[in-house]
Amino acid sequence: MNNYADISINGLWKNNPALVQLIGLCPLLAVSGTVVNALGLGLATLAVLTGSNVVVSLIRHVVSDAVKLPVFVMIIATFTTVIELLMQAYTYQLYQTLGIFIPLIVTNCAILGRADSFACKNPVLPALVDGFTMGLGFLGALLAIGAVRELLGSGAIFSNMDLLFGEPAKQWKLHIFSHQDKGFLIAVLPPGAFLVAGVLIALKNTIDNYWKARARVEQVIVKGAKRVRTTGTVA
Amino acid sequence: MLLKTVGKNSLMLGMFAVVTAGLLAFTYVNTKDRIAEQERRAAEAALLDILPRSTHDNNMLEDTWQIPDADLAELGLHDPSKIYLAKRGTRVVAAIIPAIAADGYGGDIKLIAGVSADGSIAGVRVISHKETPGLGDRIDLRKSNWILSFDGKSLRSPPLDKWKVKKDGGAFDQLTGATITPRAVVRQVRDILVFAQKHHSDIFSAGTP
Repeated sequence: MNNYADISINGLWKNNPALVQLIGLCPLLAVSGTVVNALGLGLATLAVLTGSNVVVSLIRHVVSDAVKLPVFVMIIATFTTVIELLMQAYTYQLYQTLGIFIPLIVTNCAILGRADSFACKNPVLPALVDGFTMGLGFLGALLAIGAVRELLGSGAIFSNMDLLFGEPAKQWKLHIFSHQDKGFLIAVLPPGAFLVAGVLIALKNTIDNYWKARARVEQVIVKGAKRVRTTGTVA
Repeated sequence: MLLKTVGKNSLMLGMFAVVTAGLLAFTYVNTKDRIAEQERRAAEAALLDILPRSTHDNNMLEDTWQIPDADLAELGLHDPSKIYLAKRGTRVVAAIIPAIAADGYGGDIKLIAGVSADGSIAGVRVISHKETPGLGDRIDLRKSNWILSFDGKSLRSPPLDKWKVKKDGGAFDQLTGATITPRAVVRQVRDILVFAQKHHSDIFSAGTP
């Protein structure tokens, strides 16, 4: 599979790590309470996934099968630790909010999964595209869940964005509805994460079914059009 | 043959370990100072939130008083901790005292409280907690202003036996749907004041030799 469009669609939609493969759910469900947390963890995961895919692809001819996995884990752990140190140095408050979930990126099976199933069998560029789009797919799902949970849970969205973007982002908070600062509590609690993720998966399946049905209808029309052409009534 | 493969693989693994460790060391060395600076700033920001710069002229992070190990339990603390002192000249005007309320709904609630030399509260902040989102977490200033209700209070007003939530016949509001959390915080803030009273001469004369 060397077609970049295919790889991208695969990562972003068809084989989305969070919504289809259902892997990496632990951080997905734990930090998706607000948009800023989701964005922070999503970007960190994206960076680790892209970086590890590229390096794994670069060294794919060098390592033997026997030591392949430990080497991958070492690479992923290195990237994660580097990202952790950088976040600590430049976005300290966000680092504190995300806490244990940054080092836990190492255990996100989406990353080792891509290294083992794609990056170590493909050249650097496809591996990079795969890592980036898979990461983007994960980030997208994380953001969607974060946005829904924050909105339902607090009545506002994009609060505390200054943790990631500095002082000016304090103004980004949007109050959509407000009832004495109380939203639907369950959205913020852990069960809310499962509920929202489940609804998103259902939504994705509905869209897929809709497209499938439409494709079928289009096929029928194409067949009909041919018949019309043979009769010569349409120019 | 087997030995040769094992040797080759170990060498390979070792090589990767050296390279990745080198990369980590490089990143660590280059971010170390910035991280230390960020940690210091975060710690200072929490203190300055209670006692703004206008109230003192020293660096509170440097002027501290180590809590004697035997007295840590009075504040609910497990680990050696220190009290930060705000000074004007050589006079200690206020102290920031850390404490842990262990009987919250979700375990430990870490607090810091600023106590002025006259025994009144300059401010209380919750540093970390695991209380229920939407209910008990309103002890956090980011969620509600409840914690500000301690400002200016002392052991004289309200009197010691009124340091309870209203539900228990005290002077402090509880939070709707959450009584256990505020009860724990009120009790711990009271204990901080009792501690400050008991050790008043130790803490507030620390600056004068």
